[in-house]
Amino acid sequence: MTIQQGIFYIFSFLTVLSASMVILSKNSVRALLFLVLTFVSMAGLWMLLESEFLSITLVLVYVGAVMVLFLFVVMMLDVELASVHEGFTRYLPLGFCIAVLIVVGLVYAVGPKNFGLESVPIPAPHPVDFSNIERLGIILYTRFIYPFELAGVLLLSAIISAISLTFRQRRENNKAPDPHSQVKALKEERLRLVKMETRK
Amino acid sequence: MPDSVVSCLVVLLPLLAALIAGLFGKVIGQRNTHVCANLAIGISCFLSLLIVKRLFFDGHPTLNFKLYTWAASGSLSFQIGFLIDHLSALMMLVVTAVSWMVHIYTIGYMQGDPGYQRFFSYISLFTFGMLMLVMSNNFLQLFFGWEMVGLMSYLLIGFWFQKESAVFANLKAFIVNRVGDFGFVLGIAGVLYYFGTLDYFAVFSGIEQTLANEETTFFSTEAITFICFCLFVGAMGKSAQVPLHVWLPDSMEGPTPISALIHAATMVTAGVFMMARLSPLFECSDFVLNVILVIGTITCLLMGLVGIVQNDIKRIIAYSTLSQLGYMMTAMGVSAYPIGIFHLTTHAFFKALLFLCAGSVILALHHEQDIWKMGNLKKYMPVTYLTMLIGSLALIGFPLFSGFYSKDLIIEAVKLSNLPAAPFAYWVVLGSVFVTALYTFRLFFVVFHTKERMHGSGEHLRESPLVISIPLVLLALPSVILGICLTDLIFQDFFKEAIVIHPQHSSFAILREEFKGVFAMTLQGLTSLTFGLSLAGILTAWLVFVKCPTLANFFSNKLHFLYRILKNKFGFDAFNQWVFASGTRAIGWLCWQLGDQWLIDGVGVNGTARTVSRLSRLLRQIQTGYLYHYAFAMILGFLFLLVWLMLTD
Amino acid sequence: MIALSDYLIVSAILFGLGVAGIFINRKNVIILLMCIELILLSVSTNFVAFSRFLDDIMGQVFVFFILTVAAAEAAIGLAILVVLFRKKKNIDVEEMDLLKG
Repeated sequence: MTIQQGIFYIFSFLTVLSASMVILSKNSVRALLFLVLTFVSMAGLWMLLESEFLSITLVLVYVGAVMVLFLFVVMMLDVELASVHEGFTRYLPLGFCIAVLIVVGLVYAVGPKNFGLESVPIPAPHPVDFSNIERLGIILYTRFIYPFELAGVLLLSAIISAISLTFRQRRENNKAPDPHSQVKALKEERLRLVKMETRK
Repeated sequence: MPDSVVSCLVVLLPLLAALIAGLFGKVIGQRNTHVCANLAIGISCFLSLLIVKRLFFDGHPTLNFKLYTWAASGSLSFQIGFLIDHLSALMMLVVTAVSWMVHIYTIGYMQGDPGYQRFFSYISLFTFGMLMLVMSNNFLQLFFGWEMVGLMSYLLIGFWFQKESAVFANLKAFIVNRVGDFGFVLGIAGVLYYFGTLDYFAVFSGIEQTLANEETTFFSTEAITFICFCLFVGAMGKSAQVPLHVWLPDSMEGPTPISALIHAATMVTAGVFMMARLSPLFECSDFVLNVILVIGTITCLLMGLVGIVQNDIKRIIAYSTLSQLGYMMTAMGVSAYPIGIFHLTTHAFFKALLFLCAGSVILALHHEQDIWKMGNLKKYMPVTYLTMLIGSLALIGFPLFSGFYSKDLIIEAVKLSNLPAAPFAYWVVLGSVFVTALYTFRLFFVVFHTKERMHGSGEHLRESPLVISIPLVLLALPSVILGICLTDLIFQDFFKEAIVIHPQHSSFAILREEFKGVFAMTLQGLTSLTFGLSLAGILTAWLVFVKCPTLANFFSNKLHFLYRILKNKFGFDAFNQWVFASGTRAIGWLCWQLGDQWLIDGVGVNGTARTVSRLSRLLRQIQTGYLYHYAFAMILGFLFLLVWLMLTD
Repeated sequence: MIALSDYLIVSAILFGLGVAGIFINRKNVIILLMCIELILLSVSTNFVAFSRFLDDIMGQVFVFFILTVAAAEAAIGLAILVVLFRKKKNIDVEEMDLLKG
């Protein structure tokens, strides 16, 4: 067993284990932490696949930002823990069966028969001075410049929409009319009928 | 001025007058409107006279020119153009002259009517349409004029549109004419199909070519028979031949000038004119000529018979118009086209005269039209009396009066014709001579003689104003002299090449050989059978309606069955009402119930909605709203796809 | 040696777990979002593995964009979740049946 194989099996095992814990754990904070573990171990596998940039990005950006966002929301929402796993065991067998079926089917499809060493040999490792980041950067900033820009716009719109969705306070001294209070207005509050003597 | 410019002016002046009267009538006022319209038609009439003079007496050649290309499609081009030959020149004169008289008459008759300007606009526009019809040099323009006068007829019958009977009558006229026009359009389409052109001359030369070609003779004879028959159906509608005649008596709901102009003198003769114009076509089909002959004579007699029992003064004259149109058709049937047109011309004047006289009477009696509420009017209205007498004598064909020459010649032509239907036709037209005299003088005696049956005293009755009596006199003149003037001319190759008669239809040629001059003919007329029949008719009318009025009741009681048939106008109206009107309504009801209510609404619209609603009620059970159910469905689908891929791999 | 199929099998297992998680979990929407992240991760892994074994950088470019989109999706998903929680005071999957026909 080479060192790579050892690393691969350790990380794979870790990934699968933590992923199962994500879906099985009762506490959503714990589930989230297991998700982080899954990502980190998967980043290890990616490193093994010589895609250093993505691997690091996954850890830094994804785990560091997105997962923290998740954590933030989980903490913020006051979910009753007791009820979270009600009925959990009832659906476990069926879910398990389906998962097994899918995995069996997929493994059959992508297994050694089709993608084994015989059909897809291992390419030669890149030389020491090979830079994955440089290669990715060159293609992103040349051929994929427009999709790249679009991705930036997408992220910007995601930021704006997230803010506008969750923002709820009205600003003070807002001059815009308030439809709610307009509709609520009644005649009695605004209008007063006065009987007056006509001057002779 | 060259002939082409003059003829264009003849057509365009009435159009101009119509536009001014129609669009600016309210602005310029009643007086200016009728001045303008009369001026335009008057000039038009004089210009027509000029054209007639140039063509007939100065020997100008036939004029055929294109004014404007209406539309062009591939090798076809539809043009607006005029053909000024002897036939159309005569028709132009007749149309403009009668129209002018009616224009003058209208000033008096329509006095104070709220639609005064509208009326002038309509009749001027009608004149324009009629001129377009007679001057056309192709079928499409003929059809344009044909439809235009039909439209004006519709509008004018329903001129008093608040009257329910008027609206019914104009709708009836329009719908019955639709039947005829359908045939007419088919005929024109046939011409276009077989000859590839709509120009008269091109078609007429095409006939000779196709008939000369041995191989296609049979085929093209059949085709020409079909075309002629379709065209004749059109003429049946417009010229009110049995069984499409039902609209004409009802059209008397319109104002009397209209009855004179459109429904007696000009428009209804469009069918006759069309057949004379297309004589090269009709000459090729003996079958259609026989049909025309039979239909014409039947119309002639039956409508005359109905005229005997009518009580409405205008309706009696309307039935006499039908009968006279039958005469004209008969002339067409025996290929005596010049005589038919001759009768058309004389008839236009004396029938317009009769109608205008009737209008004069009606106006004097404050719109009373029942002849049994008139009587002894000769005492109060001498001019009307005299002109009416002239018109009546012309109508029954009394020697020296215009009607005599044209009608006698038609009867002679029928006698001489060698068509299979001619012997039958001869006896029928002879019978109708008697009938004509009978109903004409019944009307005349009852209205102008006998004792007064008016409401109240007749003291306030007086002769109509000059604007009414002048046209009467002006129309009475040609009613007397036109026959004497024209008869000679008719036999001197009057229409030149405008009318074609094949040698095998020899009646006109024989007539021409036997003709020895007007006076010989008049003298001969005094001893002929037809004159005897006319006299017998007058005598019968006098005996029954003047001498001993009880006889009328006696006959109507004795011959009750016959009387009822005549009263019901041979049941044409009832038949149409029951079969076509009710039938159409029944079909409509059926279509409504089955097609609309059941099929479209029930099955189609509501059925679709119901089915969709039912199906969606089923389908909505699937829509639980739970995410995991959807996810489950997706997973199942994914699994299925996976298995399928693996199995087919 | 580690074959391509090994990586693919790991990602297949991950995918199966994600799907099962969506199905099993009936209470918490956040877990659903996490499961979606798992599935996306498994797909990304496939791309990276193929990129390596076929020596084609394009797979990594794809993963790059997947990460971007996934981040945006997570941000908006969580925002919606927050709004939903404010409205309903819970994030129970079983009670979210507004789409029921």
